[in-house]
Amino acid sequence: MDATPQRAPRPLGLLAELTHRCPLGCPYCSNPLALEPRAGELDTATWARVFDEAAALGVLQVHLSGGEPGARRDLVEITQAAHDAGLYTNLITSAVGITTETFAKLSDAGLDHVQISIQDSAADSADHIAGYRGAYARKEALAREVTRHGIPLTINAVMHRANIDHVDAMVALALALGAKRVEIAHVQYYGWALKNRAQLMPTRAQVERAVSAVEALRRQHHGRIVIDAVVPDYYARFPKACVGGWGRRSLNVTPSGKVLPCHAAESIPGLTFWNVRAHALADIWDNSPAFLAFRGTDWMQEPCRSCPKAKEDFGGCRCQAFALTGDARATDPVCHLSPHHALVGALAEQRAEMAYEYRR
Amino acid sequence: MSVSPDAKPRLPRGVRLTHNEAQGGWVVLAPERVFKAEGPASEIVKRCTGEATVNEIVDDLAKTFNAPRERIMTDVTAMLNGLLEKKLLEI
Repeated sequence: MDATPQRAPRPLGLLAELTHRCPLGCPYCSNPLALEPRAGELDTATWARVFDEAAALGVLQVHLSGGEPGARRDLVEITQAAHDAGLYTNLITSAVGITTETFAKLSDAGLDHVQISIQDSAADSADHIAGYRGAYARKEALAREVTRHGIPLTINAVMHRANIDHVDAMVALALALGAKRVEIAHVQYYGWALKNRAQLMPTRAQVERAVSAVEALRRQHHGRIVIDAVVPDYYARFPKACVGGWGRRSLNVTPSGKVLPCHAAESIPGLTFWNVRAHALADIWDNSPAFLAFRGTDWMQEPCRSCPKAKEDFGGCRCQAFALTGDARATDPVCHLSPHHALVGALAEQRAEMAYEYRR
Repeated sequence: MSVSPDAKPRLPRGVRLTHNEAQGGWVVLAPERVFKAEGPASEIVKRCTGEATVNEIVDDLAKTFNAPRERIMTDVTAMLNGLLEKKLLEI
């Protein structure tokens, strides 16, 4: 009954990492530790082909991301190609490197939605976290352009120990910037964030305050702004359904064309990723070893295998299971049923006041 | 807020109706969200262009599908109010 289906489910979203280049150095960056160089980046025409293949495969939304997508000189052409393929285009940006002129062209190219990250609610702290002087001021400027063009804006506030007590101010800032949606996005500990975990990890008391702050803000601003938030992993009892299930709803194309089930998948050793330069996207989705590795539930061990939530959370995150237990098939230790669950609590206690190791 | 028969509903920027064969038909796309628009839903959303009033949309649907106008008005109003609530519609 539970065998891998004859035909894999169709993906809804594609994360297009157009480049790993970024002027910012956020210590929780979701890019891999080994950043891909500019020389290996896919060209405009290849991205256009990938978008056409994605739409035919069932993808509805493309998230134009990076690094900083504004670092690509052909961002307008890439956006146009995604729009022409019939995809809903979402630009995920730090706002640094996208000028008023470029943004007007992006709007004309059919850009549907913009997500701007903020590092904190005050300029000094935000710029310190980003490792880039003047980053904060750019957010305001781009947000103004986004709303002026009538394009819906989401603010993505990445939360960790240094800013988690500023949830109120972050939401106030999102409102002031004209956002219709704000994501209170607690840091997820992969890649750069895993490297900086002791510097970034909030305390339990901070997390509890943040959770009640979000509840109060939702009541206060109901109908004005949507506040999306999830409990940070290390303080949760149940794991998240990472990427909605491996190879089930989304895929990620790296700057050089590797296709990954999630942005951190390369942290799992032994997986073979196919490249859009050599394979059609549908072939990669249906047949590449990395997508088959954890699709469905056949790969599961106990306690996941017999768990009634197996098809809800898919055992949590494979990358986190590997990072914390050394076994990518293990239950995500965030789950209270994992034999390694105590480790998560212990790791959350390992906090240190040290300088960030910036993503460079 | 609810939709009146004289309102001219339209999809705001950032909300689009699109057809995707692999996903099995019509879908409404919005920031970080996807809604299936099956059967009559897509016929209603397709007509929300900002040009036609709700009355005109209902007339058109009643004629096209040869169905009682009163029932269509009820269905259309319910659906548009639902979209309005989710901020997927402007009037």
